[in-house]
Amino acid sequence: MADTGITDGGNGAHRDVTEVLLGFARTLRHAGVAASPERVQTMLAAAETLSVTDPTAMYWAGRLTLCAEPDDIPTYDAAFSAYFGGTSLNARPAARTQPQRIAMPFGVETPTGGDGQRLEHAQASTVEVLRHRELVALSAAERDEVRRLLALLGPAAAPRKSRRHRPARRGDVDPARTVRRMLHHGGEPARLARRARRTRPRRLVLLVDVSGSMAPYADALVRFAHAAVRRRPSSTEAFTIGTRLTRITRPLRHRDPDAALRACGKAIPDWSGGTRLGEALKAFLDRWGQRGVARRTIVVLFSDGWERGDPALLAGQMERLSRLAHRVVWVNPHKGKAGYAPLAGGMAAALPHVDDFVTGHSFAALEELVEVIARA
Amino acid sequence: MTGPDALSLPDSPAALATALETTGYLADEGLATAGYLALKLDRPLFLEGDAGVGKTSFAQALATATGARFVRLQCYEGLDASQALYDWDFSRQLLHLRTVEATAGATQLDPDVLEASLYDRRFLLARPLLQALEGGPCILLVDEIDRADDEFEAFLLEVLSEAAITVPELGRVVAETPPIAILTSNRTREVHDALKRRCLYHWIEHPAFAREVAILRRRLPDVTERLAADVARATGRMRQLDLLKPPGVAESIDWAGALHALGAREFDPELAAMTLGAVLKYREDADRVRDLTLEALVGHG
Repeated sequence: MADTGITDGGNGAHRDVTEVLLGFARTLRHAGVAASPERVQTMLAAAETLSVTDPTAMYWAGRLTLCAEPDDIPTYDAAFSAYFGGTSLNARPAARTQPQRIAMPFGVETPTGGDGQRLEHAQASTVEVLRHRELVALSAAERDEVRRLLALLGPAAAPRKSRRHRPARRGDVDPARTVRRMLHHGGEPARLARRARRTRPRRLVLLVDVSGSMAPYADALVRFAHAAVRRRPSSTEAFTIGTRLTRITRPLRHRDPDAALRACGKAIPDWSGGTRLGEALKAFLDRWGQRGVARRTIVVLFSDGWERGDPALLAGQMERLSRLAHRVVWVNPHKGKAGYAPLAGGMAAALPHVDDFVTGHSFAALEELVEVIARA
Repeated sequence: MTGPDALSLPDSPAALATALETTGYLADEGLATAGYLALKLDRPLFLEGDAGVGKTSFAQALATATGARFVRLQCYEGLDASQALYDWDFSRQLLHLRTVEATAGATQLDPDVLEASLYDRRFLLARPLLQALEGGPCILLVDEIDRADDEFEAFLLEVLSEAAITVPELGRVVAETPPIAILTSNRTREVHDALKRRCLYHWIEHPAFAREVAILRRRLPDVTERLAADVARATGRMRQLDLLKPPGVAESIDWAGALHALGAREFDPELAAMTLGAVLKYREDADRVRDLTLEALVGHG
């Protein structure tokens, strides 16, 4: 190691500094920043390059190497000031610290008759009946079965034409390959090579309302999101909305649905809280949508449209969304109920900007949704 | 295309900030440290931040300050190897072939020699990544990496980690000095961890009031101090307004330039309303700001 200007001490001092830094990296990992061993190595190199005695330099050495996205920075700031003693070095306040951890209700217990009794009635086609049952009205055993079925769904958007080409039998002339072919024949004109546009999966964005009024459906819908993310991990984004916006794409990448849902539960601070659809949607569009996440995508919103905030804000944001997205699908579980009319303030405001308005109250309805997404 | 043989490397972040300042770019401590570490540790620097905070101009300034060549690769969907790495100049190859045939006349041509002469370096068109590897130290700006597709990321990663490109017909091109890469992203999609892991990461904030005034004064020396301060204050407040597209530094420079061009020596609400299009790019935003009355934006309270 080169001279770091730590102290005038020799190896002992070096080891102390390294240990302090490794301890800090551990703290940071506990706080939720994924400081991988490789990043930690880089931090040690950076700390050595800069002067470690200067706390500001230390702050930057860590932040530049250990953080990987803007969300990491408030956590980093908090961990830094906690670890190196109360001094806040950056002007940026640690606004958002650790996400609050709240136990989340997995599904709902709604015992409608004993399990055995119900199964007797529907011996022939348990699955068929189950498919059309209200998601809210399932017994524990049925819920497990529906969960298993949900994991088998593979929602995926129809492909779109990309800007890349592939060799094809018919299509436009491919100049590069044609000339290359000519060179092979000593410069004599050869058969024309042709090319066609490749296709790429269209991006799919799922926004799941996890507020109190949607709580009975939230488990199934987050599982639906899990199935979508698993099917196309790189072209699917999932968020939950409630009083705030939470990105759950990363936790949903777990292979196992239960593990994925547990990870989501840790990430979502506003599970079963109130609804501020307009604000949450605005947060989505400001931070993600307008930059490109919503552009030319299929956006699926799972919500009952129960809006505690101002419906005018929601209408404005829905208009913005519909201008960006390829198609906006609104899934409202109540739509399947007899006598339902979209009168709730938020729902009425949003409806003019929705391309497909579908129901999502049963497994069969979610299967239909898969088709709507594939057709869009 | 020959650049200098060695970069003039600053010996501390502060020294880099000073060097950047002489080129007209005012970097804050975090950005200067990021640039310094990228140069010192030979790591790519991954920059994110709102549009117009100066990600691209930072790379340009860094090139000027260190005396390196500047190579820019703008990413877009469908960007492929023939546009980013290299391409053969087919028409020149064909012409060469014809010329050889014509001059050779009746003498027998050796096909192997002929073929070898076709795949010569002079028929290779260097695209940005190859340009960055050839000919001396260089700052390579890979702009808006999130717009390219993941296939591109994979070969960018290879080029960056090996500082080399293999051209099958020609062999391996290895950079004498690996380029210093600066990657920018607008977060339209998540860039692969494999690529990010190699990079230093920095999020650029909008500048604070005093720095923005300094930037305006530096970029537009003719603008009065008063006007620069008013414009900086107004754009600073606009950023707090929760607009669809908050103005960046680029916009405040445009705005101050527009006001100055119309003869303003200090903030004039009437001229400001006329030039609002320089700073706000959405009708909704412009309406909101007009409703607030422009005086409220520069008010000293």
